[in-house]
Amino acid sequence: MQIEELKIKITALFPTVVFEEGTQWLTLNIEPTEWLPLAKQLRNEDALYFDFLTCLTCVDWKTHLTMVYHLDSTKYRHTIVVKVKLDAAKPEIETVSTIWKTAEFHEREVYEMFGVNFLNHPDLRLLILPDGWEGKNPLRKDFEDPINMIRL
Amino acid sequence: MVEELGITTEGDLQINVGPQHPATHGVLHLILTLNGETIKKVEPHLGYIHRSIEKMCESLTYRQFSYVTSRMDYLSSHINNNACALVVEKAMQIEVPERAKVIRVLVDELTRIASHELWWGAMAMDLGAFTPFFHAFRERESINDIMEETCGARLTMNYIVPGGLMQDIHPDFQKRVKHFIQLYKSKIDEYNEMVTGNIIFQNRMKGVGILSAEDAISYGVTGPAARGSGVSCDVRKMYPYEIYDKLDFNEVLETGCDSFARYMVRIREMNESVKIIEQLIDNIPEGDYQAKTKAVLKLPKGEFYQRVETARGELGVYIVSEGGTTPYRIKFRSPGFSNLSALDHMARGSKLGDLVAMMGTLDLVIPDIDR
Repeated sequence: MQIEELKIKITALFPTVVFEEGTQWLTLNIEPTEWLPLAKQLRNEDALYFDFLTCLTCVDWKTHLTMVYHLDSTKYRHTIVVKVKLDAAKPEIETVSTIWKTAEFHEREVYEMFGVNFLNHPDLRLLILPDGWEGKNPLRKDFEDPINMIRL
Repeated sequence: MVEELGITTEGDLQINVGPQHPATHGVLHLILTLNGETIKKVEPHLGYIHRSIEKMCESLTYRQFSYVTSRMDYLSSHINNNACALVVEKAMQIEVPERAKVIRVLVDELTRIASHELWWGAMAMDLGAFTPFFHAFRERESINDIMEETCGARLTMNYIVPGGLMQDIHPDFQKRVKHFIQLYKSKIDEYNEMVTGNIIFQNRMKGVGILSAEDAISYGVTGPAARGSGVSCDVRKMYPYEIYDKLDFNEVLETGCDSFARYMVRIREMNESVKIIEQLIDNIPEGDYQAKTKAVLKLPKGEFYQRVETARGELGVYIVSEGGTTPYRIKFRSPGFSNLSALDHMARGSKLGDLVAMMGTLDLVIPDIDR
């Protein structure tokens, strides 16, 4: 499906989404509370059918965090990028691991690296970091490690 | 007391595989919950060699950061470097000379063969056959020698750089690759004779580690592991980069959904790589091997994503740039990490001895998972 068609289709489903201009793929912004219903629609709507969660990550913008989801459709071969802005002090968002199972692993990574709390996640524990790192989030911009930090 | 013995309240036994277990090919730690010999749960513990490459890259320039990526999936280092070069070139709209593109594809495909070779040898060794390992390494050595001559390194090449290549190919490159391909073609048949057709081997692979197409997609599995379930996901075909759209090769698909199907995909993929190399080796265009670029690369403000097909699946490089000389945030979507997430699902209900066959056909490379 072409970008314009996708735009019309998604706007019809969710009028509140904000599209970004000049990006490689169709990029949309949405409020954290609306993310889960949108994700369900993107996955289950026949004309959209985004069944492949390619990349799930987070960006620390100091004032806020942004969750970035890259979604693909194996059926139609179109791609979409969804961004969700989170509060830096209390980042919380619904898990999508019920929709795309790979999200369970990726969300655990984001949880430990950025401290994002995924609500209703089945098994939100540290995955890569050893015990005792709870609450310390290495990929945050304000993270300081006096011993192991390498500055170039 | 019971907890110390690793017995859960339901009477299941918990055992640790790794982090120093030979079958995990690196430092992967799995906690298995077993009922007798049946696997009830597989819990991967990662991070034993996590170097936080993503954080490191935030303080490296766009010329430096691809060096670190050679250490990610060290068996596909050319392809990792290629992904980094492509994303910088896309952002800065650098036009790469044809010669560089062709050489890039050539070394990428040689890397793919070398990686599949190592996988094949190690896989057979996991299942108890030691000889194939030496056969595989014999061929892999020839590729490493060719690489050493041209790139100066055998494992962490750092040959593909933004704008083109580090240096031109060695004068003997074409001659040696042709010689290697000549020898190699008969070798694949030898492999099939030695391992693929073996009835013991087949019995250990068929029907083991079933991963349906829907599950493969849902778990984000890519590469040969997904193509063994009939999911068409070859980035070289779907989203062609370099000159893959002009080449004649097939996407290998198997529909068995089991370990044997994944095994066959990789064996057949080696043939496809040979086909690509044969098409290109005599047709390397003359010209520059590098585009003229500024000494200091500055990416425009924005976000850039590039995917490539490594030997293990889809590698995605996601760069968020603020317009400076270093990335603001970089994310590597590594194929191994997503593929590993499916292991628990695949292993549940099967026997402990089959776990090795499943891990083998997922082709896990631990530095790729840990990054």
